[in-house]
Amino acid sequence: MKTTSFGEWVLYGGICAYLLTLLVMPSQLWLGFTINALIVAILSVAWNLLGGFGGQMSFGHAALFGTGAYVTAMLQVRWGINPWLAAVAAIVAATAVAGFIAALSFRYGLRGSYFALVTLAFAEVLRILASSFEISGGGQGILVPYKAGLANFQFADRSTTYALVLFLVVVAMLITLAVQRSRFGAYLIAIRENEEAAKALGIDTFRTKVLAMMLSGAIGGAAGVAYLQTYLFIDAPIAFGSTMSIEALLGPIIGGAGTVWGPLVGTLIIHGLGETAKHLVSGAPGLNLVLYGVVLMVILRYLPDGIVGLARRIGPRRAAPTAMPEDR
Amino acid sequence: MWSLVLPAILGGLTTGAIYALVALGLTLIYGVLHIINFAHGSLLMLALYGVYFLYAILGIDPYLALLIVVPVFFVLGYVLQRGVISVFSLGKEQNVLLVTLALAIIIDNLALYFWTSDTRTISLPYAYTMVEIGPAFIPLPRVIAFVAALVAAVILWLIMSRTRLGKAIRAVAIEKRGAELVGIDVDHTYAMCFGIGTACVAAAACLLLPTFYVTPQVGYAFVLVAFTTVVLGGMGSFMGALVSGLLLGVIEALCGLFLGESLGQIGIFLAFILILLFRPSGLFGRRAA
Repeated sequence: MKTTSFGEWVLYGGICAYLLTLLVMPSQLWLGFTINALIVAILSVAWNLLGGFGGQMSFGHAALFGTGAYVTAMLQVRWGINPWLAAVAAIVAATAVAGFIAALSFRYGLRGSYFALVTLAFAEVLRILASSFEISGGGQGILVPYKAGLANFQFADRSTTYALVLFLVVVAMLITLAVQRSRFGAYLIAIRENEEAAKALGIDTFRTKVLAMMLSGAIGGAAGVAYLQTYLFIDAPIAFGSTMSIEALLGPIIGGAGTVWGPLVGTLIIHGLGETAKHLVSGAPGLNLVLYGVVLMVILRYLPDGIVGLARRIGPRRAAPTAMPEDR
Repeated sequence: MWSLVLPAILGGLTTGAIYALVALGLTLIYGVLHIINFAHGSLLMLALYGVYFLYAILGIDPYLALLIVVPVFFVLGYVLQRGVISVFSLGKEQNVLLVTLALAIIIDNLALYFWTSDTRTISLPYAYTMVEIGPAFIPLPRVIAFVAALVAAVILWLIMSRTRLGKAIRAVAIEKRGAELVGIDVDHTYAMCFGIGTACVAAAACLLLPTFYVTPQVGYAFVLVAFTTVVLGGMGSFMGALVSGLLLGVIEALCGLFLGESLGQIGIFLAFILILLFRPSGLFGRRAA
């Protein structure tokens, strides 16, 4: 078992302390910001499964997020289906969309830049479709009527929403941990490091990548459901636009791709930075995104393992950190 | 029927010529550097603003602006590649993709900050001069754009096939280390490529603005179409980029005609997905991806 470094204890401890404090002592000011960051973090965890562990960078994870959000919204508003059932259906739908995209792309051997582009194109097709048809609300989007209550999956109290979103993040990270420690995770990492060699060793690379994308789709769909139930509104640019796809990959790459904590760490840090920038320079649309871009470039240049990689190097070294999970 | 379809096809061809010109720059950068330049659309947006301000403030005609904007963007592209992209990506392919993505985010949002999201247009005295081609009437600037795109493709082809620089570029594209061994400055050649690719975008901007508009988001719409054009034509193929740019312009115009204006672009993206899936080496590509 690889040891956790001092820097990691401090980093993870700090984040847990912040998130738990907010759970015990809710502050409206911080809750709004943190709920938003955590929803993005769920999508980032989803991206990390395929992009971080499997090395298949998707530039269109909004397709999965948006499917989750739209399917929940449409089932509730158009057909009056119970939100919890709609949520389940949405996650199934996002998994199916992910499986479809992955099966088509990987069947034809797309990788690297080609995979990034085809996922982006899928998200773009869904964006145009969602804004073109009456059933998905066209250009106006879908507004879910506000009826607070457990049965409606809506909560009058923000801290309840927060607890729910935090719970989803924890579940998503536990799934990542389980993947990392499983044979399946080892296959994924092998594919990332050298796909030809992985294939030569008898790994079914196609099946592994499609399964990873489907798992990613389920979690990404859940992020979409969480978004919809929190803000009760969705439209095509939010759901399928490039911003969400970019946010999905910023967290893991800045935090540390292919690590359990990376997506959460990265998302919280960039959202914190963005929020600070908003307060310092008020009335400046897009300036937080400029900052995200700069941070991304600096991380790529100086911290290829992200913030988590940096934390791993801080403190007394007991064992050489390895990227590989232990073999069972 | 034909009286509707033929004008749509001709209009599509003129739009397609602009797509082709944008894609020519992208395909040059891809063909040599083997990188996907996400910032390509953002550079187009910057060039469009350049042309806009030259006209709005100094009253310089967009076609005259070619002489200013193209060299400036050549230098900008050169510096971007040599000073930013190669430095921050450490030369890794996956990182280059992300660095150009980061550049796109930065440029787009700085433009949003400085110039707001207002849609800006210029009105030229000759913008509505119509040229009669068969049953169709095409605005003069679009005819000029169509011819200029063809000329640009020929110039690029001449540079690549007849000059020392073109020879060096081709050598680096085929075998980077070998080119280095025989004394070609690889970093310089990379940056020259990026510069020429960016100059193409600047030329496209000059030809586009008379019949188009500029907003900070305008690049995003073009960048996906440009990728489609490049992939359809075969990564790195000039002839392919030209033909597929024209083809996509027509596909978009016909989808817009038959499915409605808002669904016009969906034809392009569906074509993109289909090409990537069934023929990733493109219509004119020699090697499989």
